[in-house]
Amino acid sequence: MKKDNALTIFVFSLLILIFPLIYKDTYLLTIGIFIGINALVAIGLTILMGYAGQISIGQAGFYGIGAYVSAILSLYFGLPVLLSMLLAIVVACIVSIFIAIPALRLKGHYLAVATLGFGEIVYLILNEWGPGGPSGFGDIPRISLFGYTFTTSYEYFYFVWSIVIIVMIFSFNLINSMTGKALKAIHGSETASATVGINIVKLKIKVFILSAFYASMAGAIYAHYVTFLSPSSFSLFYSVMVLMMVVVGGISNLWGGVVGAFIITILPELLRGFKELDVLVYGIILTIALLFVRKGFVPLILEGYRRWLQK
Amino acid sequence: MASEVILQVINVSKSFGGLRVLNNVNLSVKKGNIHALIGPNGAGKTTLLNIISGLEKSDNGEIVFKGKSLRRLSSYKRARIGITRTFQNLELFSDMTVIENVMAGMYFKRESGFIASGLKLRKVRKDEKDIANRSLQILDFFELSHKKDEIAKNLPIGEQRLVELARAIASEPELILLDEPAAGLNIKETKTLGILIQKIRQDMGITVLLIDHDMELVMKICDFITVLNFGEVIAEGEPIVIQKDPKVITAYLGEEF
Repeated sequence: MKKDNALTIFVFSLLILIFPLIYKDTYLLTIGIFIGINALVAIGLTILMGYAGQISIGQAGFYGIGAYVSAILSLYFGLPVLLSMLLAIVVACIVSIFIAIPALRLKGHYLAVATLGFGEIVYLILNEWGPGGPSGFGDIPRISLFGYTFTTSYEYFYFVWSIVIIVMIFSFNLINSMTGKALKAIHGSETASATVGINIVKLKIKVFILSAFYASMAGAIYAHYVTFLSPSSFSLFYSVMVLMMVVVGGISNLWGGVVGAFIITILPELLRGFKELDVLVYGIILTIALLFVRKGFVPLILEGYRRWLQK
Repeated sequence: MASEVILQVINVSKSFGGLRVLNNVNLSVKKGNIHALIGPNGAGKTTLLNIISGLEKSDNGEIVFKGKSLRRLSSYKRARIGITRTFQNLELFSDMTVIENVMAGMYFKRESGFIASGLKLRKVRKDEKDIANRSLQILDFFELSHKKDEIAKNLPIGEQRLVELARAIASEPELILLDEPAAGLNIKETKTLGILIQKIRQDMGITVLLIDHDMELVMKICDFITVLNFGEVIAEGEPIVIQKDPKVITAYLGEEF
């Protein structure tokens, strides 16, 4: 199983490497970058939901903190972009601790509502006090590595996906480790976990921080890629979209986040032809998908692959 | 046998709403004993076990383990100082494999952080290997090592109970609480279970406090018995004494008998 993961990541990395060489289309690359950014947020939520049994409808909050803090630090305080990104992630992680400590004592719907509330608070703050208020602000510096500034979609594409791959490797290591087993144990039975000495609250808080880490990192990359931010990108709608990605992709496997991000990001693009009916078609497709592919697309793909092997 | 007392239950009471489930219960478990807690249904046995393991709070009274009060310790901390348990209605990590279940029991002994785990540091790998090896030894003890990679919920009930027991043993407790370990087992399985419990005490030096309705098992393997009825201790002593105690016979069989 672990060797499978390593192989899958290797093949996947190759695909990422050659994709821009085959499709030299800026539009496709841009979509590719957004898939990568969304995948980062979705992977965090996949771990939180699938491996720790917690739910969050507030990931947009961490995504927004990552984006705004990094943008403000680099634009108004003149900090180097990478340092701003790092500090933004730290801020988001610290905020997540304060959210996690009270929120994770709640369960199920209550936790969902608490995180939803958090997301809305961040959204309101960005609207009221963010630079430019509801209309946002621009001229955010681009990412530069060792004095080299990223300008083309190619560079951003490789940058984002390198991070996605690093995050995937890190996450696979984590969930396959003893820590991951302890998380699975909590998901299985909290009562039993406690009676074998697992500190449930501490582990849940850590997973929550991890999901905030990934989301804020994605937000920071987003800010320095589009170079323009407005609060509307960080509304409840985004949290729900990430939730959709995770559910559509499947929570039982880390790839669910990536596949879900791919499907949910690409679907509106494919539906452009429907013009104003696109939202309707989008809804119908998702409803059908959730009715018939309940465990998500990744388990479906794996099942198909297994059958194909047996033939 | 003047061995030391490992667990003391002192004046423990518990009510659910108006129903008094435990009423000033006192009980001492001696180190190295297999101690049974018996009584008719609804006598408060499981509630007492839950209170000892920290899953429920008593209204008053005290639990003392190795001379220290457990009052402020939550369930996971009690496990860490040496009290683990099994459940009447199995609480296995049902989607995990047999060996993963046992490994989870050992998690807290070699806890490593998220960053170390994510980076797969050498120490993390070594710890996991050690835990896997030790878990396999424990499964060997229960003659379950050939099923180590099966998903726990796919095993028959009898084996699931053993996996749960193996998981509790993996935490290396000094005291293990068994809530009806023989429930749902056939005669042969119960017999094997009895032998295993005795081996746990002898080979591993673990004190056992168990609840069971199987009197044959209880009388055979236990050193000491406490009888609860309607939340009160009505008798305690060695099996031979308990068997003949008129109060116990009345509690089980009713007045007219």
